[in-house]
Amino acid sequence: MISLSYFLVFAAALFCIGLYGVLARKNAIAILMGIELMLNAVIINLLAFWRFRSPEMIAGQVFAVIVFAVAAAEVAVGLALFISIYRRRNTIAADEIDLLKW
Amino acid sequence: MTVLQVIFLITAVVTLGGAVLVVTVRNLIHAALWLILTLFGVAVMYGLLSATFFTVIQVVIYIGAIAILMIFAIMLTRRVKQEAGSSVNKGWWLAGLMSLVLFTALVWMFSTWSGFQTTLPVMPANVDMVKVLGTALVSPNGYVIPFEIASVLLLAALIGAVVVAWERKS
Repeated sequence: MISLSYFLVFAAALFCIGLYGVLARKNAIAILMGIELMLNAVIINLLAFWRFRSPEMIAGQVFAVIVFAVAAAEVAVGLALFISIYRRRNTIAADEIDLLKW
Repeated sequence: MTVLQVIFLITAVVTLGGAVLVVTVRNLIHAALWLILTLFGVAVMYGLLSATFFTVIQVVIYIGAIAILMIFAIMLTRRVKQEAGSSVNKGWWLAGLMSLVLFTALVWMFSTWSGFQTTLPVMPANVDMVKVLGTALVSPNGYVIPFEIASVLLLAALIGAVVVAWERKS
């Protein structure tokens, strides 16, 4: 029988892989991909808690819908920023965008 | 092992393998394609959690919009000597160590919680979850205010993206 632990461990693994991508990659778009993996892990967790703990209440699904909307907004603004940075500085490597570094 | 467990394990292995490739392959276009596979795996997970509405919007929003947007951004920001040098920064081993420590800590923390082995409860019979969700999102007794705030956020992101990416002719 499948239990809540399956989904929690899976989501934790997905989140940690995404965290590694965010911390280790140089390219800013690769960092954004890591953030997508982490957000997906969060949505899996929300839906797993809804399904296993309170399937008669809809609040868990509503929460997941809001996370979806925030993720879409975040990607749109993030990619616009990177395209703008690329136009001005001709690079999107995170370690070369150091204008604010003293 | 039940059928559900077999489906879960296959999906989990494919999804996590795809995720590892997303964060390790050097070619960004390949990383984006692996990301699409990973997102499909997550969509199957939503299906296993009987959240069918989320399976559909995962395919439509994440794979149909976000992944394609990322491929566009990758192609718009190519440079000639790209992929020269390492694709990870100097502290990558520290990042890997931190992720491993976080994973171990999370699993240990979950395993000490009494609800960790909760088995699958039966869904309420004769209830259309999509209908319930749609009603809850727009009913004044439900979640209409978070729903409207999310739409304002999306509008702000739309305008913000256009303003930020606008090329000024001077």
